[in-house]
Amino acid sequence: MGSKHTNELTYDAQQCSPGSSSQAFSVVNVLCFLVFWLCIINAWAVVLSACFQARALTAQTAETDAIRFLVGTQSLKFDNQIHIIDFDDENNMINKSVLLHDAGEIWHISGSPADKAVLTTCYSKSEFCVCVSCRPASESRVLTCAAVWRMPPEWESGNHESPDDSSNNPQTLELLCHLDNTAHGSVACVLWEPMGDGKRLISLAENHVLLWDLQESSTKAKVSTATLEGKGQLKFTTGKWSPHHNSTQLATANDTAIRGWDLRSMSQIYCIENAHGQLVRDLDFNPNKQYYLASCGDDCKVKFWDVRHINEPVKCLEEHSHWVWSVRYNHSHDQLLLTGSSDSRVILSNMVSISSEPFGHLVDDDDLSDNEESQQEDKGKEPLQDSIIATYEEHEDSVYAVEWSVADPWLFASLSYDGRLVINRVPRALKYRILL
Amino acid sequence: MSSATTPPDSDPNGRRRIHSMLKLYYGLNEEGKAADQAESLDPCDINGPHFDPEVYLNKLRKECSLGELMDHESCMVKQIRSLDSDMQTLVYENYNKFISATDTIRKMKNDFKKMEDEMDCLSANMASITEFSARISGTLQDQHAQITKLSGVHTLLRKLQFLFELPARLNKCLELQAYAQAVSAHRRARCVLQQYSHMPSFRGIQDDCHVIMEQLAQQLRQKFRDGGSSAKDLSECVELLLQLDEPAEELCDKFLSHAQSRLEADLQGLEAELKDSAVTDTGGGSVQKTSPGSNPVSPSSSVINPFLSPTAGTDILEFIDRGCNEFVSSLCLVIASYQELFINRPQEGELASKNIPEMANGKLHVFVDTLAARYFSLVERRIQEEKGVSDNSLLVRALDRFHRRLQAISKLLPGSAVPSHGTEIVVQAARQRIKQYLSALQTFYHDSLTDVRQALAAPRLAVGGASASGGGASSKDATPSLPELLASLSNFILNQLKSVLASVHLFTAKDITFSNKPYFKGEFCSQGVREGLVVSFIKFICQSSRQYCESAGDRGGSTPPALLLLLSRLCLDYETSTISYILTLTDEQFLVQHHTPVTPVTALCAEAREAAQKLLNHYVKVQGLIISQMLRKSVETRDWVNTIEPRNVRAVMKRVVEDTTSIDVQVGLLYEEGVRKAHSSDSSKRTFSVYSSSRQQIRYAPSYTPSAPMDTNLLSNIHKLFSERIDIFSPVEFNKVSVLTGIIKISLKTFLECVRLRTFGRYGLQQIQVDCHYLQMYLWRFVSDENLVHFLLDEIVCSAAHRCLDPSPMEQSVIEVICERAVRADWSDAVKANSVF
Repeated sequence: MGSKHTNELTYDAQQCSPGSSSQAFSVVNVLCFLVFWLCIINAWAVVLSACFQARALTAQTAETDAIRFLVGTQSLKFDNQIHIIDFDDENNMINKSVLLHDAGEIWHISGSPADKAVLTTCYSKSEFCVCVSCRPASESRVLTCAAVWRMPPEWESGNHESPDDSSNNPQTLELLCHLDNTAHGSVACVLWEPMGDGKRLISLAENHVLLWDLQESSTKAKVSTATLEGKGQLKFTTGKWSPHHNSTQLATANDTAIRGWDLRSMSQIYCIENAHGQLVRDLDFNPNKQYYLASCGDDCKVKFWDVRHINEPVKCLEEHSHWVWSVRYNHSHDQLLLTGSSDSRVILSNMVSISSEPFGHLVDDDDLSDNEESQQEDKGKEPLQDSIIATYEEHEDSVYAVEWSVADPWLFASLSYDGRLVINRVPRALKYRILL
Repeated sequence: MSSATTPPDSDPNGRRRIHSMLKLYYGLNEEGKAADQAESLDPCDINGPHFDPEVYLNKLRKECSLGELMDHESCMVKQIRSLDSDMQTLVYENYNKFISATDTIRKMKNDFKKMEDEMDCLSANMASITEFSARISGTLQDQHAQITKLSGVHTLLRKLQFLFELPARLNKCLELQAYAQAVSAHRRARCVLQQYSHMPSFRGIQDDCHVIMEQLAQQLRQKFRDGGSSAKDLSECVELLLQLDEPAEELCDKFLSHAQSRLEADLQGLEAELKDSAVTDTGGGSVQKTSPGSNPVSPSSSVINPFLSPTAGTDILEFIDRGCNEFVSSLCLVIASYQELFINRPQEGELASKNIPEMANGKLHVFVDTLAARYFSLVERRIQEEKGVSDNSLLVRALDRFHRRLQAISKLLPGSAVPSHGTEIVVQAARQRIKQYLSALQTFYHDSLTDVRQALAAPRLAVGGASASGGGASSKDATPSLPELLASLSNFILNQLKSVLASVHLFTAKDITFSNKPYFKGEFCSQGVREGLVVSFIKFICQSSRQYCESAGDRGGSTPPALLLLLSRLCLDYETSTISYILTLTDEQFLVQHHTPVTPVTALCAEAREAAQKLLNHYVKVQGLIISQMLRKSVETRDWVNTIEPRNVRAVMKRVVEDTTSIDVQVGLLYEEGVRKAHSSDSSKRTFSVYSSSRQQIRYAPSYTPSAPMDTNLLSNIHKLFSERIDIFSPVEFNKVSVLTGIIKISLKTFLECVRLRTFGRYGLQQIQVDCHYLQMYLWRFVSDENLVHFLLDEIVCSAAHRCLDPSPMEQSVIEVICERAVRADWSDAVKANSVF
């Protein structure tokens, strides 16, 4: 483990402080080392870079073999990057590759479900000229755009051998298609059709839902839109494409409301007003129960909804002590729920009562054969209750994104604003209880 | 024999002496004393028997002078002379008597001779009479025997005549309605008739009699059935019927059914009344809604409402009275007369064998039970209608009367279940009443809260304005301040609770008959009053307070924050003192003996404390949210890239400071100051300048230059490593500083997160710098640990710098100048506002 940590630290040093004094470096080294040893037993952390903040995290959806996360950085001053974090499960090693994303700082990132080399980002382009001091920056305008990118094919091969090269001269993403949104305003997020062929996309721009259909070779897109009308300036904050119902439904969040959309007619099908006391920050569909939806928001709560009965949440968790920014169901075991919050904590909870797993089921029949063993096991095997499994406090800053790995359902990553990515495992005991 | 001692001149004495001497003579010594005296041995005693003249003379000569002797001598002579005369008289008298006696004896001798002859004659006559009478009786012997025989025949004939006349006589009796006579006559003849029934003539008579008696019985039954007759008649009737071998069971049934019809009428009357009152009750209830009180401070005006009872319709006391007077008393009457008729009558003859009392008793019990059950159901219904809790004494008195009257039944009918059932009803009513009181208290509490809420809504602006400008000046006279509201609210609640306790206490008053029942001694006090009323109410307060935290939602719009604060303080006060006071009061008043486990004071206190904590947390959350929203709006709506150079602190920051100050005042009214961590000794300005010049410079000023991003970031990371993690929405303590710290934490964290989502231009960053400095100048004084504010503000400025396209920070001195100008403007505003006041 020690060696691994030093490994990570070399990234920091090499990337960001080639010219800094050796003394400062050693201090940092010791400190970080200490921190990792203190708080990480079952977790692996990587600091992307000391000079980058980051908000955008996604698992590479199409990649089912390797445990791979994509992180987009957010910096106004430097060229932004997409870091590809590979976790080697067998050797407990973290590998990182960097791709250059020179279009702007990345607010949101998501990978195509069909082609693992294709991804979308939402980035803000600053048309701002730093050098001209006499001219006031009155015309400058920050607009968040979205685009579909393709990773250069050779990033993987060149990376492993010489990380120094890749970090020093990162390869650039190849632009496939610019999702033009100038007519509609800033894009909040881009969603791929779940389990689709990687041709259909939705982008949420201000108060518009834009459904894109990528043409051949994914370089052009057709668009159809739905618009949310209402009093005041309505603005989508986030959305989620439902994997159920043949991928014809979409849920979006604006302010405190959650809305459901039918993509065939591009019309609203339900609306949960005041779903949260304050802004809704994130949504996620239960992958196994088609009407169940989790949401989180600024009221520090995570709520579970049955969209057929929208008056009351099915359940409500209030464990975080600040805004909850991200909520994710585990893809295969939907009782496992991950939440990240700006109180710098990540909480893994076990929501047995509203999962698709039979709740409170009895011990299996074959346990009856050997009584002694089953009695011992009974203690451990009492029906699981809804509970917090673990609270991860490795982060020092607000956690804006959490994500389960696609390849390994027991692994997840969380990303905090200071650029630290932490990869954790579901505790082994729980894993076996769920599996056995 | 002469006595020298006695004077001779006294006549009576002399005569007695003579008598005594005579007695001596005749040997009639009646008095032993005289003999004793006579036997004195003194030889000198002249009257004594042993008198010796020589000795006497010698003695005289020796003792006496000549003169005396002379005197003595003369005296002696005189005595002797008188004695002599006495003696002569006596002798003469005796002589005379002797002569007369001789004469008498002679005469007597002649008379006796004559009498002897007459007696002989008489005895001869008697003998002849005896002879004659013997002869007469011998002759009369035969005739006497004949006469005796004749008289025997006479009596037999008379009896026969009675028998033969019996039907006619009975008929006559029937006509005259002299039933008793008829029955007794029949009874006399019955045996004879029975005995000689083999003779045709007797049999005829018997049959006739039967027919007549049948008729009679019929009439009696009729009479019995008509029932108009008095109790005495009725009992006579029953007695006769029983004598006529009428089956007792049937009679019982008839009697009871007859009584039942009358009692049913009573019950129906009661039921009708019940219906009437029900109709009027509902009518009255709808009218009863009083308009909300004009004076918002005193809840009493609008709170009277639940404590008013429907005035229309008969009250329960009247109803119970009527029930008692009509139904229960006539029931008692029936029971009494029934018992007299069937149960307590002396058993004679063959009736005894039939075991009537047992059977009759059984019937009576069934009868009473069914009727009482109906009555009870009516009473229960009536009691249930008693919803208003205005005058408990009325209900208690009604119940008391009800219970008391049932005691009469229990006396009459010892084994009956009626009284115990009645007690049950009373117990039920008491339980019901407790429940009603609880709900009334709850309504009262809600109404009080509504009043408080109105009171809060009206003067809130005034308070806020006054405190913001006057710097903690108390509110205006006209509007009640928070502590006053709190005091009045808790007083109202306490008084109401006390009055309810007093009303409930009536149930256990000494003069109430049912108060000594075990239920009212034990369970009523502990389970009913203590648990059901007091504890439930306290729990209700806590629970409803908690509901304010939950149901109000996070919008915070529905519940004014001041109310949350007020309730929190209320709950805290309950925890510290009021709960134990109330419970002690209850225990004392009701002498609660804890047979069953009761809720301990500590548990309630814990609950109250939890509620208080929750409320305060929620208050912090709501207030924090209000300020956060302001900050968020201000950050989100502004175009930070194209903003102009900052010349002043933004208005929203002033607003934040104002609001925080007014919250500070508001909380300060109800909560203590609390402890701060050690301050840096001097005022805000110096601290801040030191902080900004040294730490801030190191912290983020260099980070604006892209050349050395590493150091600052590492340093900030290191700083973060060693600073404690800040829990934003964490529970607060019950003091002002902690509350304010919580609110400020929430607000600043929101500010931070919002800043991180924006992109800033150069002047945007500078504006943030100015704003943060301004906040720093004000906010440090509210919080427990000013480093917290420093840290968060630092973080904000730092984040803004990171999000800045052109990070060129403003000179510290310029910032200070701008902020000071703003502060001065604030002060002048405040002074102006004060002068207006």
